[in-house]
Amino acid sequence: MSLFHPFELVSNWLTFTIFNIEQGSQLASSVHFFIYDALKIFLLILLITHFMSTLRYYLPIEKLRVFLTKRKLFGLDYFFATIFGAITPFCSCSSIPLFIGFLQARIPLGVTFAFMITSPLINEVAIALFLGIFGWQITLLYIGAGILIGMIGGFILGKLKMEKYVADFVWKIDSKNQNQGNNKKESLIKVFPKISQEAFSIIKKIVVYIIIGIGIGAVIHGYIPEEFFDKYLGNNNFWSVPLATILAVPMYANASSVIPIIESLVTKGVPLGTGLAFMMAVVGLSLPEALILKKVLKWQLLLTFFAVVTVGIIIIGYLFNFLF
Amino acid sequence: MKIQVLGSGCPSCKNLHQTVIKIVNNLNLVAELEYSTDVSKIVELGVMTSPVLVINDELVSAGKVPNKSELEKIISERIQK
Repeated sequence: MSLFHPFELVSNWLTFTIFNIEQGSQLASSVHFFIYDALKIFLLILLITHFMSTLRYYLPIEKLRVFLTKRKLFGLDYFFATIFGAITPFCSCSSIPLFIGFLQARIPLGVTFAFMITSPLINEVAIALFLGIFGWQITLLYIGAGILIGMIGGFILGKLKMEKYVADFVWKIDSKNQNQGNNKKESLIKVFPKISQEAFSIIKKIVVYIIIGIGIGAVIHGYIPEEFFDKYLGNNNFWSVPLATILAVPMYANASSVIPIIESLVTKGVPLGTGLAFMMAVVGLSLPEALILKKVLKWQLLLTFFAVVTVGIIIIGYLFNFLF
Repeated sequence: MKIQVLGSGCPSCKNLHQTVIKIVNNLNLVAELEYSTDVSKIVELGVMTSPVLVINDELVSAGKVPNKSELEKIISERIQK
């Protein structure tokens, strides 16, 4: 973590010199944690949102649709769909038009679901947070896990032949024009202000959640004894992963506040897989999202969709606990 | 002039609609404003992200809420004489 060494110095200076907090106290531990994490995380978010906005500018979702419909991909289409799901920012505003738009282009239902499953599970802010908090190996594993759940989940949903459980009106919408995505692309220098603007609009939306998350994390870090979580959510309890997953469903929290909290839980003895399952369930299995999807899915398909994602998340949680 | 905001009823869509109303009032425009949450309209336009802004049947923006000054520019450029 030598890259972040200057931040370590700044946090030391602020905590011990400026705020004059006694070294070794619980307060110092919390404040130091807060400053250091906030600095590190915001730098990474700044970089990654810019990178992802650039990627999206050159690879809009309409391109994927054309790509998936024009080529025979022999199963790789599940993979591409999840990759695009990962780079597309998830917004419940767009989930229905995306769903219909894919099916309209005759993209198979399973591939469409692969996209829909991965899209909320992996997002740029979460990637930045994972990088800052857990390092690049775990970040890559997290991305891999999100892609895997999407691919396998999509494949299963496709095999179940549930097309008849998609709301009937979806198949009836007639669209003659399919936007192919803008083909005239300007050079990066020219469009950079636009991209930067988009990146900052994303940051603006989540900044409060991250601060809250880091704040709660900092309190846990400084004040809550380690035995506390170990007792309930430690590795010895085999049911901790499903429990964390189920508990997360009614929480309509933001991944950006959940991850810093998970960090401090992990340092207090909660296994990483349990934390990851919790975070993925918070973003991937939300009730408001289910209500929105109810407009286009009949309940049989909606339930199957949620069941498949739940099982996927639980398996990934166990896998991470087993590996770390 | 005809301005349509199409969305799925999400907060950003409402936000875009409100901003458009403000601009139309500020500029004293006579415009036919339409706010729709019928998703099939979005799909018929061939886009897959919402909210969508359509002015005089031209697709102007999709998948984002342009900021106010940007929106003002977009709308004033399309005022019909």
